[in-house]
Amino acid sequence: MTTEHRAPGGGTIEDIVAVPDNEVALESLSQWQLARRRFRKHRLALIGLFIFGFMVFLAVFGPLIVPFNPMFLPGAIKAGGDQPSLAHLFGTDANGRDVFAMTINGARISVAVGLFSMIIAGVAGVTVGAVAGYFGGWVDNVLMRVVDVLFAIPFLFIILVSSRFFGKGDVLSLVLIFGLLSWPLIARLVRASFLSLREADFVDAARAVGVGDRRIAFRHILPNALGPVIVAMTLLMASNIVLESFVSFLNFGISETQISWGNALANAQGALSFGDWWWAFFPGMAIALTVIAVNFVGDGLRDALDPRSRE
Amino acid sequence: MTIARLATDVRPVTGGVADPDAKPLVELRDLVKRFPIKGGILQRTVAEVQAVDGVNLRIMRGETLGLVGESGCGKTTVGRLLLRLIEPTSGQIMFDGDDITKLRGSTLRHYRRRMQIIFQDPYASLDPRTPIGDSIGEGLRIHRIGNSAERRERVRKMMDVVGLQPYHARRYPHEFSGGQRQRIGIARALVLEPDLVVCDEPVSALDVSIQAQVLNLLRSLQRELGLTFLFIAHNMGVVEHISDRVAVMYLGRVEEITDRETIYRDPRHPYTQALMSAIPIPDPVLRRKRIILHGDVPSPVNPPSGCNFHPRCWLRSRLDDPAICADENPPLLDYRPDHRVACHFADRSRAELDKDLPVSSPTDAEQPATILAGDAIGRMDERPTITGSPQAPFEPPVGP
Repeated sequence: MTTEHRAPGGGTIEDIVAVPDNEVALESLSQWQLARRRFRKHRLALIGLFIFGFMVFLAVFGPLIVPFNPMFLPGAIKAGGDQPSLAHLFGTDANGRDVFAMTINGARISVAVGLFSMIIAGVAGVTVGAVAGYFGGWVDNVLMRVVDVLFAIPFLFIILVSSRFFGKGDVLSLVLIFGLLSWPLIARLVRASFLSLREADFVDAARAVGVGDRRIAFRHILPNALGPVIVAMTLLMASNIVLESFVSFLNFGISETQISWGNALANAQGALSFGDWWWAFFPGMAIALTVIAVNFVGDGLRDALDPRSRE
Repeated sequence: MTIARLATDVRPVTGGVADPDAKPLVELRDLVKRFPIKGGILQRTVAEVQAVDGVNLRIMRGETLGLVGESGCGKTTVGRLLLRLIEPTSGQIMFDGDDITKLRGSTLRHYRRRMQIIFQDPYASLDPRTPIGDSIGEGLRIHRIGNSAERRERVRKMMDVVGLQPYHARRYPHEFSGGQRQRIGIARALVLEPDLVVCDEPVSALDVSIQAQVLNLLRSLQRELGLTFLFIAHNMGVVEHISDRVAVMYLGRVEEITDRETIYRDPRHPYTQALMSAIPIPDPVLRRKRIILHGDVPSPVNPPSGCNFHPRCWLRSRLDDPAICADENPPLLDYRPDHRVACHFADRSRAELDKDLPVSSPTDAEQPATILAGDAIGRMDERPTITGSPQAPFEPPVGP
């Protein structure tokens, strides 16, 4: 209750504090180091990363490992194919193709389609969602209407049309189509997070300090919006791998002259009812394993990037 | 504590207004902010919220202006308008003699350095994914002050000032307590050495035990750094503790503004009088006559005609509902030097208030100034003044 707390002014912080001599050493771990440490403690994520890494390895080097071209027909042509045996670990199909070779070689297209379509969807979705959510107003309106239109377009129709244009079995066009059709999902997620986070006090605090729009959007809001987006992207990758098998089965995807897990599965249609389980089992397991592995990695990433999660 | 003491604690008027050398650091002229309410498929504006409705304020260099009012009266909006965090609908914001209402980009950034804000919710005001050292130092980085080593040193000093350890810099907001977080917020606001700090209810989210600590920190920093504060709060005790002058807002308008002593001792606007009567006296044997306002604060979407306060005004009903209150918005006029009131009948409010005071008991006689309200009119609460007998002192209940 003093009456003279009107300050003389001109004081600086330096005037208040005497500089202490012995500086306490700062903890030397960077944010990335901390995130890595948290990720390493996440056992499922490590297992997932290992499996996924293995699948990527197969995708790149698979054809070098497998002793024979899957299109080459090492087995006998015979209805029902051969059961798994030492000569053919995963058995053969009716055309005498080796299922082991098909599974290994199929990784290349399946993983490529899943991974690259996810990257395209992620980059496009995060950018559009961030811009729409951060600026709002008419920008948001225009972008979200585009998103609505993309949601409304039937997937199969686009794939059908494009297979006419690009030629059937073009992996690149599949990647592009999957990517361009699935970013709206990511965009909506990101936009919703941005809409709520841009009203947060810490955003106002940054603005009051003088931080520009771009830095606020990408340094302050995006990291806080990323958790659900990472999970959604891993799910997206999984569903795009499955989608590729579906599209291939419908004969609009990968041609019969190429091999992917999807058309290996498609190839097995009908075989199951005769008890020839191995046609479908091994490519199917490969898809399931990859999808689960990617989901685990996503989970681990989300936790590792959140400083609030316990170490 | 301070409230009860005030009655005998009559001091000369102090504060920025009395100082002839003082220049206004901030001047708000006819500031208006309307928030549109959108509706329908086309998102057309269907209505508007009158958040701030023609506010005129001056904040003198070095003073603390307390801005009080109920929730939703627009006091926070005034703070954000002043900092250019939201755009005013109309009006002017002058900072240190310059019109900053329309500034953008780097010119605005230059002024941002000189005015900062401390938030109500310290946790929400810190980026959960940024170590607090980076949060505090971000302003230095943005304004390219010093090299990175110098910046780190300045952040460390600032943390020291607010009572944080250097190793805290690497930690994240969730690792701190509420009081610590608020001190982080203070460090971030002050590391740029601003002229003005808008304190937006800086202690209302804190434990009472921490409140005093943070308030005292703010006051000592103000003294040392020559800061000017716009202190927004709804806790009258806190405002009294820290302010030189106090402005009272109701429904987007400033109703009364004067120095701290006058606003607590002799308020002239009927709303301020009601507000003051609601301050609890921290003495179990004393009761204040309270003016109970009836009804709710009207919706700012559809504010009343004339004086915003007239539908709930106890003074107006006592004066037999003069028409002018519903017809004309009373301007904020000089009622006497350094005391501005926006009421058509400001000169009669005190007399009406005093009219029905009960015959003074010994306790009343000791503090005539704090007893604010009569009880004879229909809109008022008929709560009697309870005076304690010296033989029966208050004893706290014994705990289990």
